[in-house]
Amino acid sequence: MAAGPMKMRATLKGDVADVRVLMSHPMETGQRKDGAGKPIPMHFIQNVTVSLNGKPVIEGQISQAVSRNPVFSFRVKGAKAGDKLEVSWLDNKGEQNKTETALA
Amino acid sequence: MDAFRRLTLRAAGLLALAALAPVRALAAGWNKDAFQSKTPADALKALGRSGASDSAEILIEAPQIAENGAVVPIEVTSRIPGTKSLAVLIEKNPFPLAAQFDFMQGAVPYVKVNVKMGESSDVRVVAEAGGRFYTAAREVKVTIGGCGG
Repeated sequence: MAAGPMKMRATLKGDVADVRVLMSHPMETGQRKDGAGKPIPMHFIQNVTVSLNGKPVIEGQISQAVSRNPVFSFRVKGAKAGDKLEVSWLDNKGEQNKTETALA
Repeated sequence: MDAFRRLTLRAAGLLALAALAPVRALAAGWNKDAFQSKTPADALKALGRSGASDSAEILIEAPQIAENGAVVPIEVTSRIPGTKSLAVLIEKNPFPLAAQFDFMQGAVPYVKVNVKMGESSDVRVVAEAGGRFYTAAREVKVTIGGCGG
């Protein structure tokens, strides 16, 4: 399975943005074997960044222990309608993806 | 003589800076040493946050019993003022450190993430606030394949 699209939903509650983001990614641990008994190489997201209007507000480093197709929830304070929220990731093979939304 | 000394000092300073640079780049990237540690103590040491004191202000929400170890939802909130980072460790996983989050300017020290758990284990969170470290843990029982346990 290759890394695929992302989905994000961000809702404003007062000045706090509730962010829920889904990343399509196999998150292979390197411990599983394929049908022929050969180990499947590690392939997992290592960095997750949440930015508000282009400024990073949360920087995460994660391991292969995060479940396949990772789902995260974050909260960003001091956000207002129209602000741009971006979430991006980078994996151990250098693949990356990002998604952005305007807060409403 | 003085000029020579100044030059030598400057060269030494530059060398020291050059030696520091790759370390800084690594810190901003992915802490390989911490993530490849096989015990929680080693992982915390690699993260530079050994010796955390217990805190009731770190809330961990997780199922008491997880039927599927492949997807265990963990929700962490720190009520410690000025919390700058949260590290999540699954103590009995082969590589205990699962995630580490840094919070900047306005981000709420909160995160929810699904993790894989190989077996029943304590889920430990270590928070950093004001240069001090705080910790809390919660046990999650994992029922693999639903055949008891």
